[in-house]
Amino acid sequence: MTQTSTPSTRLDTDDFLVVENLTVEFPTPDGPVRAVNDLSYSVGLGQTLGIVGESGSGKSVSSMAVLGLHDMQRTKITGSIRVGGQEIIGLDESGMRKIRGNSAAMIFQDALAALHPFYRVGAQLAEAYVVHHPSASKRDARRKAIEMLDRVGIPQPDKRVDDFPHQFSGGMRQRAMIAMGLINDPSLLIADEPTTALDVTVQAQILDLLQDLQREFNSAVIIITHDLGVVAEMADEVLVMYAGRCVEYGACKELLTHPEMPYTWGLLSSIPDVTADTNARLIPIPGNPPSLLDPPSGCSFHPRCAHTDKVPGALCATTLPELLPGGRGTSHLKRCHLANPDEVFAREVLAEIAPDMVEETSDDRA
Amino acid sequence: MTERDATRDELVPEEQTTLEPEPVLVPEVPSFDKLAEQANTATELDLSRGSVLEVDNLKMYFPVKSGGLIRRKIGDVQAVDGISFEVQHGGSLGLVGESGCGKSTTGRLITRLYTPTGGRILFEDKDMAEMSNRELKPMRRQVQMIFQDPYTSLNPRHTVGSIIGAPLEVHKVVPKDKILPRVQELLEVVGLNPEHYNRYPNEFSGGQRQRIGIARALTLNPRLLVADEPVSALDVSIQAQVINLLQDIQKEFDVAFLFIAHDLAVVRHFCPEIAVMYLGKIVEIGDRDSIYGNAHHPYTQALLSAVPDIKQAAIGGRRERIRLQGDVPSPINPPSGCRFRTRCPIAQEICAKHEPPLLQIGKRHKVACHFPGPIGHHPDTPVTAPLLGTDAYGSPDPGATPSPAITNKPGYDDTWFDLDAKTLGRA
Repeated sequence: MTQTSTPSTRLDTDDFLVVENLTVEFPTPDGPVRAVNDLSYSVGLGQTLGIVGESGSGKSVSSMAVLGLHDMQRTKITGSIRVGGQEIIGLDESGMRKIRGNSAAMIFQDALAALHPFYRVGAQLAEAYVVHHPSASKRDARRKAIEMLDRVGIPQPDKRVDDFPHQFSGGMRQRAMIAMGLINDPSLLIADEPTTALDVTVQAQILDLLQDLQREFNSAVIIITHDLGVVAEMADEVLVMYAGRCVEYGACKELLTHPEMPYTWGLLSSIPDVTADTNARLIPIPGNPPSLLDPPSGCSFHPRCAHTDKVPGALCATTLPELLPGGRGTSHLKRCHLANPDEVFAREVLAEIAPDMVEETSDDRA
Repeated sequence: MTERDATRDELVPEEQTTLEPEPVLVPEVPSFDKLAEQANTATELDLSRGSVLEVDNLKMYFPVKSGGLIRRKIGDVQAVDGISFEVQHGGSLGLVGESGCGKSTTGRLITRLYTPTGGRILFEDKDMAEMSNRELKPMRRQVQMIFQDPYTSLNPRHTVGSIIGAPLEVHKVVPKDKILPRVQELLEVVGLNPEHYNRYPNEFSGGQRQRIGIARALTLNPRLLVADEPVSALDVSIQAQVINLLQDIQKEFDVAFLFIAHDLAVVRHFCPEIAVMYLGKIVEIGDRDSIYGNAHHPYTQALLSAVPDIKQAAIGGRRERIRLQGDVPSPINPPSGCRFRTRCPIAQEICAKHEPPLLQIGKRHKVACHFPGPIGHHPDTPVTAPLLGTDAYGSPDPGATPSPAITNKPGYDDTWFDLDAKTLGRA
């Protein structure tokens, strides 16, 4: 780590998960790939952080590092990850096992692939319980498994507990995964694209369930997704990632209504909205995400950015912008050279993507 | 030739060298105003030119066989059960619904990848439903398909040139030596570098592969494209590129689209007309305003309320939504009467006894529900009972006769059922 980092100004000590200056690097035959670069964030108990980004932006890699799921021999991880005050980086496998599934758990995207096809759902849940409760009997573990299946809304849990994963529907498998993640009452739950493979009606059920459970267990939750709509409804804070770096970080409402980074604008303008004005344009982000083998110089978004002409000189191509507070308070951080992003957003971007919103926003600011 | 060379220079500046490591899409980013100008707004409905495709009471049943030595047929999966709709010339109809509702099967029926169990598929007044393969061959030039998964729908052992050129060879539309120029022209149309015709699919990213799939579908100048979830496998920022490309193609080549997707927001942007399917049936069909602004079927309302909304960020918390319980029932043994009644918040006795007819309730709006109405304003008595000749509980009413107005034909009538007056006939 040679770069100077700007730790988020809002880190406070009661946050359950604190990630500081996390960098994850994988060696590949073509050279090292820095999948996560100088990432800092924190989540408090009862809080939800949404991490947004395209595939390959490092959102999954960073959260897998929190559970120590990378190959420790090959992967170079630097920085600091503290779960409930305990440092994760450098922890040996046996120490990691005590945390994994116990105080921190993960829900994966593809439940069919994440559940073992040869074992009954109940047996897989019971195993997760017994590992962290060695004194529990088989009967206790089974009872706990049934209780959790019931809690996540699977009908007839005492019968379904003996089913195999393929006998469950997509939504039920995701529920079973959530039950497994929560069986040890973890304080930190990481949901990696928990609803991407599901239909909207089932997605709504699963999101409702996650929210109810969070309220009940008061856990810290990280939701990794590419769907800004999910983030808008679920998250308290949002972190936008691009090419391994955090490019914007702030409270959900603030960030989505007054985004200050052109990549976030691009994400907002490239998805249609069910309630949008039909005169709204769907403006894509040109080009493709960069290869992390050879990341662009300066700001990694500059080759796809449509607003570089508003920055003097070739600053975007030469200098990496720092993650600094923008014009809207210290809790909203952005990594961009634009001097007046709020103004550019309201004047240029909003006029195209939500013509009906322009007046509201200007009233709001007056 | 000179003309085309000029356009090529425009689309692909620089990089005429053949061996750069990564295929690059657009090397230089235009300013934001230019980007916005190139982007499209939601597609508008144009009714002046009539329909290109009419689907009438289309059915597809897949047999379910028993296990054991003698595999007898023990039932049917009623994947598509009597659906009717039409697609306008150069227009687009969106088909939405949960997985397993039969929307992909419908797409595969219209491209005749399956032979339907019953019903008619009228493409420019010719019925494709019962054509033999030989009769179908010329029709296949008119109807092409774009597949969902850009990774499995391209043969990894064929070059992009032979993938896109294959339809030309099969249909013998151009002489062999003219195939390559046509392939390069198509690559340009979809925004790829024409020099890349001899590359293999694995050298391209997901979004670029989807462009190759689109180029292949365009090869024969089809009149109708069936796009089965064309963007759902792509990243968010790439989705918008492909949707804009499809809109450009629609305008430039005058192709009609049957657009199958589960993303209601994308469908709203791309399609001026939408059909909502549930368990093999169309439950509501209409133009964009009718479906998104004035949905009358409880299932459509539930689907729409389940979509997460970015604007919610300004308000905070979750939106009030209609929660549907459970999963879609099995299409092998669908519920009696209305198929949605097992999950419907407003179901009554009549729903189990009679299947609601697809009733026209607006100029371009049809709904299949006994209690159609806006959210919170569903009527207390079934509006369909007098038409079906029953009382409010679905028992036969000796004094009433079923109305001949109930049909299941594609398109819309000039008169329709007035929900306020509860009578037929308002123009």
